[in-house]
Amino acid sequence: MTMQTTVGRGSNEGNQVGERMTREVLQVDNLRVWFHTPAGLVRAVDGVDLRVNQGETLGIVGESGSGKSVMARAIMKILPPNAEVLEGSRIVLDGRDLARVNPKKEKHLWGVDLAMVFQDPMTSLTPVMTVGRQLSETLRYHKKLGRVAARAEAVDLLRRVGIPEPAKRYNYYPHNLSGGMRQRVTIALAISCSPKLLIADEPTTALDVTVQHQILNLLQSLQESASMSMILVTHDLGVVAGRADHIAVMYAGRVVERAPTRQLFAHMRHPYTRALIDAIPRVGMPSQARLASIPGRPPVIIDPPPGCSFAPRCPSAQERCLKETPKLESGTDSPGHGTACFFPLGTAAGDEARRRNVEAGTTAAGAPVSPATVV
Amino acid sequence: MAGSGTAHLREDADVVLRAKNLYVEYEGRGGERVFAVSDVSIDALRGETVGLVGESGCGKSSVARAIMQLPPPTSGTVELAGERIERLRGSALRKKRRQLQMIFQDPISSLNPSHRVKDIIAEGLRIQGGLSNDEVSARTSAMIERVGLDPRRAPQRRPHEFSGGQCQRISIARAMVLDPEVLICDEPVSALDVSVQAQILNLLREMKERYQLTMLFIAHDLAVVKNLSDRIVVMYLGKICEVGSSDELFERPTHPYTRALAQSIPEPDPDVPVGPAALTGDLPSPIDPPSGCRFRTRCPIAQDRCAAEEPAIREVSPGRYTACHFPLVESESPESPESRESPELRAGETV
Repeated sequence: MTMQTTVGRGSNEGNQVGERMTREVLQVDNLRVWFHTPAGLVRAVDGVDLRVNQGETLGIVGESGSGKSVMARAIMKILPPNAEVLEGSRIVLDGRDLARVNPKKEKHLWGVDLAMVFQDPMTSLTPVMTVGRQLSETLRYHKKLGRVAARAEAVDLLRRVGIPEPAKRYNYYPHNLSGGMRQRVTIALAISCSPKLLIADEPTTALDVTVQHQILNLLQSLQESASMSMILVTHDLGVVAGRADHIAVMYAGRVVERAPTRQLFAHMRHPYTRALIDAIPRVGMPSQARLASIPGRPPVIIDPPPGCSFAPRCPSAQERCLKETPKLESGTDSPGHGTACFFPLGTAAGDEARRRNVEAGTTAAGAPVSPATVV
Repeated sequence: MAGSGTAHLREDADVVLRAKNLYVEYEGRGGERVFAVSDVSIDALRGETVGLVGESGCGKSSVARAIMQLPPPTSGTVELAGERIERLRGSALRKKRRQLQMIFQDPISSLNPSHRVKDIIAEGLRIQGGLSNDEVSARTSAMIERVGLDPRRAPQRRPHEFSGGQCQRISIARAMVLDPEVLICDEPVSALDVSVQAQILNLLREMKERYQLTMLFIAHDLAVVKNLSDRIVVMYLGKICEVGSSDELFERPTHPYTRALAQSIPEPDPDVPVGPAALTGDLPSPIDPPSGCRFRTRCPIAQDRCAAEEPAIREVSPGRYTACHFPLVESESPESPESRESPELRAGETV
C-alpha cells in the first residue's frame, strides 16, 4: 500500500497509546431511553456508556433496532414525545451536563457545539428555501453575522464541502441538487458553526457507493482540519473500519463490544461482532462462497427476559447466558477493550464454551451448532 | 463505457434468456424524454446467475422490468427458452410469464397483506390451473419448508406477522413454486440487516443449485452481486460498461468505471487504507446523456475521442468484454491482485 495516496487514519495507533492529550468531549453514562408503545415498553437504549475524545471518531455499529439511532437522538435531544430518558442517564458535552441545560435558554449549544447529519438530507433542509439562504440564516442566527458576511461565509462553506460553482449553487433549492450534493449541503450546515461534536447518523446509506466514498472522505478531512470529534453511526462495519478510532458494537439497546478499531478487528471478543463480520460478503471472497449467517433475527426489545440478548442466536451460549445479563467489562490484558460476554472468544472460557456446544450439537438456548458454522 | 454492441452475447444452445438491443425510454414529468436504457443486450445460460450492478439510475431495474414485459421495452427483443416474448400480449404473454418470476426489494409491500401465506404461495399454481387442490397444497407446503419457514405455523399467518427476512423467504417460495425458467431478483437483500442478508443469499444459492435455476440478480452492492453471480454485467447511465466472470471482474477491472466502483467499496478491514474518492461529481441526467461514451464526464482517463465516438463492446481478453476506447488491460500488473490500492488513475478527487 502506498501511504501517500491514502487519507486513512494512519495515526490510529499513535492515538491509542495516548501520546496525544486526550480531552473527553462527550461522556455518556448509563443512558437509558425507553419508549412507551401500545405493544409495551421498548427498551431502545438500555444502559450505554460512551466516551469520545477530542478530534476522534467513534463508530457505532449495529443492525436495525439495536438502539444506535435512538442513542444519537438522545444526545441531540430530538427524541419523539413517547420516549423517556430514565433517571440516572447522564450526557456530558465538554463538561456540561445536557440534562441541566435548558434548550430554550441555550440556543447556541445545539447547532453550534453539537451538530448532526442525518441519513436523509431532507430531514435537515427545507424544500422552500434556497440552500444558500438556509446556510446564511444559520450563520446570522448563531454567529450574529451581517447579511453580506453571512453570504460570503455560506459560499465559502459550500466550497469547503466540495460543491462546484458555490456562488451559483447558493441560489439553488434542494430539489435542484442530487442526493450527494444535498448531503454536502447538510454537512455544510452542520459544520457552519464549528461544532465540537458532529453526529453523523447513517450519512451515506442512501447514497451510491462512489458518492459514499466522497462524502466519508469529506467528513474525515473536515474533522481532521478542525479537530472536531465525530460519532459515525452505521450498520456497515466496512464504513467505520477505515474511518473510526474506536468502535462500539450495539445489540438490542446495549453496547456489546467496544475497542480501538484495530484492536477490535484483530481480536474480536464478542460472538456477535464476529458473526456480524463473517456475515458480510466481501469482494475479495471467491464467488459462490457460502456466507456464515446468524440464525434468527435481531430481537424486539419489549420487556426483555433476563440473560444476554444475543444468547438465542449465539453459538457459544451456555446456561449462564440465559439467566444473567453480562456487563461490558475490559479484560485485564487489554484495558481499552470492553466485551459484554461471559464466554468471550479467544479466552479459555470462550473456547471451552464453543467446544462444548459443537460437541453437543446445540447451544444452551437450543440453537443448532455445527462445526461448519463455528469460526 | 457506456457502449453498445452485442459482442458479449453467446451463441450457445444453453441460452435460456436473451435480451437484445433493449431500449427503454419514457416521458419524464416535464414531458421530456428519459433515456433509461439504451441498447443493452444481456443473455444467461441455463443454471447461470448473471449479476447486474451499477449505481442508482444506471437502468438495471429498467432492464429487469423490460425483460418481464412490465412494461415491454421501447424496442429490442427478449427471447425466453428460444421464444420471442416482446410481442406477446394478453393470455399468450401471461402463459409465458409464468416461466419468468421476480423478487422485489421491499418484501413486505410486495406481498398482499390480507392473504395468508399459503394462499400467497399457492395463488400462482391455482391461476396456472391443471392441478388438484391436494397437489396445490402439497407443493405449497413443500416449498414453505424448503425456504426455511415453519411448516406448521407459517401457512396460516399473514405477511405482517413476519420480519423482512421471512417475507423475502415467502417471496422466494411464491416465485419458486411455479418452477420458473428464470428468476429475476431486483435488490432482494438491500432492505435486510447484514445477518439476515447472509441467510437469504445462502437460500438463493441453494435454490439455484437444486433447481438448475437461471437467475438475473440485480443489486447495487458489488460484494453481494459477486457472491451469487457467475457472470457480472456493469451498467452506467443506461449502457453496459463491462461484462466478465464474477471472480475476475473486480480483481482486474478493464473499464475505468468498474475500477472506480471496486475502489469505492468500504472494506471491513482497518488495514485496508482508505484512498481518495475514485470518482468526482454525480451521475449526469438520463434526459440529456453525454455524447460518445456516457461515462466520459467522470472518467479519469477520458480523451477527445470519448466525446466524439461511442465505444463498442469488444472482447479485450478471453471472456472479458469492455466498452471503452482505452481499456485498462496492460496497466494492471498480474502479480498484484490488490488492484484497489494501485495509485494511478486517482486523478482529480474532490476531497
